[in-house]
Amino acid sequence: MSEAHRDPTPAADLTLARPAWRWRRPRVDRTPVLMIAPAVIVLVLIGVYPLFYALRTSFQLYQVTKPYLGTPWVGFANYATALQDPLFWSSLSRTGLFFLLTVPVQIVLGVAVALLLTSTRWRRLSGITRVLLVLPIATTPTVVGLIGRLVYNRDFGLFNWALGLIGIPPVNWLGDSSAAMATIALTDTWQWLPFVALVAMSGLTSVSPDIIEASRLETNRALEIFWYVQLPYLLPGLTAVLIIRTADILKLFDMIFVLTRGGPGVATDLVSVYVQRVGFRVFDMGLASAQAILLLVLCNVLAQTYIRLFYREIEA
Amino acid sequence: MSASSATVSSSPRPSQRSRRRWRISLADIAQLVAILLLAVFILVPIYWMASTSLKTGNQTFAIPPVFIFEPTFEHYREVFAEGVVTKGLRNSLIVATGSTLLALLLGTPAAYAMARFDFRGKASLWFWIISNRFISPIVVALPFFLLARDFSLLDTHLVLILTYLTFNIPLVIWLCIDQFRAIPREIDQAALVDGANQWEALRTIVLPLAIPGIVVAAILCFVFSWNEFLFALVLTRAEAKTAPVEAANFMTGFGIRWGAMMATGTLIVLPVVVFAAIVSRHLVRGLTMGAVK
Repeated sequence: MSEAHRDPTPAADLTLARPAWRWRRPRVDRTPVLMIAPAVIVLVLIGVYPLFYALRTSFQLYQVTKPYLGTPWVGFANYATALQDPLFWSSLSRTGLFFLLTVPVQIVLGVAVALLLTSTRWRRLSGITRVLLVLPIATTPTVVGLIGRLVYNRDFGLFNWALGLIGIPPVNWLGDSSAAMATIALTDTWQWLPFVALVAMSGLTSVSPDIIEASRLETNRALEIFWYVQLPYLLPGLTAVLIIRTADILKLFDMIFVLTRGGPGVATDLVSVYVQRVGFRVFDMGLASAQAILLLVLCNVLAQTYIRLFYREIEA
Repeated sequence: MSASSATVSSSPRPSQRSRRRWRISLADIAQLVAILLLAVFILVPIYWMASTSLKTGNQTFAIPPVFIFEPTFEHYREVFAEGVVTKGLRNSLIVATGSTLLALLLGTPAAYAMARFDFRGKASLWFWIISNRFISPIVVALPFFLLARDFSLLDTHLVLILTYLTFNIPLVIWLCIDQFRAIPREIDQAALVDGANQWEALRTIVLPLAIPGIVVAAILCFVFSWNEFLFALVLTRAEAKTAPVEAANFMTGFGIRWGAMMATGTLIVLPVVVFAAIVSRHLVRGLTMGAVK
């Protein structure tokens, strides 16, 4: 073997040392498999196995606080309960209402903010503001909830004081069931309007200035230029925002948990908050799992839509 | 002829432009006001948290609100002396760092392989990894709780580190695939010709070049792990409670200690806000899994 190693031509070395028929199989390159396998195995163990576990639990009677009942199979009983549970449906419809109160506003205002910051002559100021936009996105949602508790306080909150300056009498923003939904929507908008604005800004900056110049020859109306020239560049990003925000609203838990715990009553009980309560306050794991699986179906539809729209061609 | 007309038409332009620069129209003022209002809208809640953490109780409850005051660090002293929040911050640091490192260890080779090799099922694998972004944590939290209980992993750092991998691994893979693709194949092929195997090429040649992308991925993983609340709430009891869970605890019990609560909030938010500002240009890419660049 040592003679073969001294051979100056490595190609000759290979053919000499390896009889072709015996070595053909190991020559299949396993490196990519070995590189990907650990990540995939871990993801399956922590991301897929638990989902099947939840699927199994959803067909069981599983009351954590009543271990003497055991965990008997109950077929589709949990799903029947979940689908007949008015609180589950109302939490879903509240989530839908929350979506309507937040996402359209955030998209319209986000685009407006992006247009403002990209077109203004106050370049330095808009540059600073662009960095500021990152702050709400990064702020821990739990802490956002705590700040809300302080700012929306009926008696000494900054919000009521500011409204008082323009003559609006104090409102119990967190304690009044008709105001609470608006309050969490406003809080969500504070945190995620900047995200929409940043996405819209990256769309707007991808429009070449030449195109804008050219369209100025046609019309002087900024609205027309926006509608016919800039908006087409924005649409992919805004579609992404729409889907991601929908998924995030289905996930939304922390900010609401701290701010209102779903209350007063059930006024701000969005679906994640409700399922968490069924699972970890009532400890009815079977029912909560069934609800979670129904939620998962919804998440999956969103994921598939997102993938279809944005990663149609996968570049290798 | 054409040359002279060019000089004639170009000479008035600079003066016109400079004159326009100094004339401020009504629309400009409106824009200035709008930008300032936006900045105030963003900053006021954060400023109010930070300032309340430095106020005495009377100043906190004052009407009209106190904007200028002599700061006191009493609440920070209180928070550090009690140790609960300090422990929460330490737990958050351990969990976020652990999960980030593990995600990088598992994610970068996978990303490298997906950027460099073609194999059957690659597209499906890719879509599956992306789709993890959309799964609601509550769906995974229920079975995680039951499984962690069965393996007696409740209230440990390990269970949170593993749980956070559900969003950190996809994030690392996505961001690093992008980064590896930006590095020309020829560079690692040169290393292969020199006798290195794929692992050595990755470790010694490609990874050092990919550091910028890997740092962005690491920071985003850290930020998302640090901010996570639902898993930490249901999977910990006392020993492994992270800082956001401790902070939320201020809302329970009798008599809210606003100063201490806001001091805690400030301590939690400070590191992530700094990190996010550093990678601000990549934050959107991380949040949209690369659909928006």
